[in-house]
Amino acid sequence: MMTRKELDLWVGIFVVIGMGALLFLSLKVANLASFSGADSYQIRAKFDNIGGLKVRAPVKVAGVVVGRVSEIHFDNETFEAVVTLSLDSRYQFPKDSSAKILTSGLLGEQYIGLSAGGDVANLKSGDTLKITQSAVVLENLIGQFLYSKAAEGGDKGNETKK
Amino acid sequence: MGRIAELLRALGTRVINHWVWRLGFATRFLLLTLKHSGPSFRRFYLTVREIYFAGVLSLIIILVSGLFVGMVLGLQGYDTLARYGSSEALGVLVSLSLVRELGPVVAALLFASRAGSAITAEIGLMKATEQLDAMEMMAVDPIARVIAPRFWGGVLSMPLLAALFSAMGVFGGYLVGVRLIGVDEGSFWSQMQAAVDFREDIVNGVIKSFVFGVAITWIAVFEGYDAPPTAEGVSRATTRTVVISSLAVLALDFVLTAMMFRGL
Repeated sequence: MMTRKELDLWVGIFVVIGMGALLFLSLKVANLASFSGADSYQIRAKFDNIGGLKVRAPVKVAGVVVGRVSEIHFDNETFEAVVTLSLDSRYQFPKDSSAKILTSGLLGEQYIGLSAGGDVANLKSGDTLKITQSAVVLENLIGQFLYSKAAEGGDKGNETKK
Repeated sequence: MGRIAELLRALGTRVINHWVWRLGFATRFLLLTLKHSGPSFRRFYLTVREIYFAGVLSLIIILVSGLFVGMVLGLQGYDTLARYGSSEALGVLVSLSLVRELGPVVAALLFASRAGSAITAEIGLMKATEQLDAMEMMAVDPIARVIAPRFWGGVLSMPLLAALFSAMGVFGGYLVGVRLIGVDEGSFWSQMQAAVDFREDIVNGVIKSFVFGVAITWIAVFEGYDAPPTAEGVSRATTRTVVISSLAVLALDFVLTAMMFRGL
């Protein structure tokens, strides 16, 4: 039988490596270190169509993640999607900044790209972004393409008739 | 007519005696264990000893299987992802499947067969050799002295074991994916970090493994305590522990997953 001291040592080692594994999962696998304890402020943006944007999608400026989407809901008065962005308070942006919904890669996840404006006053918590650009919907894009092709073809047909 | 009535009566007796009655007894037994849990924390040495038997001794099987499960995920995942030209997403596949499902569930199944069966066999033998009765004769409450520390030892060990399983699995996936096959190391980790959420994935995984720990050790201590005091009785109880707790883990996993990830 083991002595009490040995037993304590082994259980201590077990708890330490167990906690170490949890820490590894939180920091290295889930990347808890960024954007958790940091102060943030909330701004809102309205979009006609958010495509496949999800809560916790990144908000990027010049490709750098500066915040995350914290909430998405539907405004039944204006029939627009209202997206709440939670931005790191280390970063401040002009009041007339604009938001776009972009896609990383061809089939990648959608994220919000902010472009800084030129106003001297900065965005405060609770502000709403005025200029937004909706997500690109592939079906609409194909529809437009086909429509313009058809129009082109029609023009050509007319020309040959002449 | 008489035969059918006889059959129905036999069925009813079986259901009532084997299922309903035992379930009620098991619930009362759990409440009794919780009520008498004081000594296992006041004299924490009792629980530490059980953490050693349930947790430390399960380390080898958990670490080795975690590593192999992760390596297999790496191989299989790479094969499928490479067809779609997105082999960099291997980290996401390995880590999400481990943290959300495989870590808690497989660790719990291993824990049930490694530690759960040992708990049942030990308590069953203590009962068969009248050690529990002897304790009662000496005014020592067997539930407080024997059952509760084993229960808490198992409950506290399970989340740590599941976390170790997941961490080893991610490491195994890294070994095969990055070291062996040659997936880009930077995108392996960064895509993983972008996809795995702390609250949604890690915390839910820990909650799952905690629930599994409660279920397994509850079943194990109850089966041991309720075992007929014979050699055959103890061996049957041990088998039942492994079967029932494995089924309970899989069923609970479905319920918990439905609640956590589908928002039911």
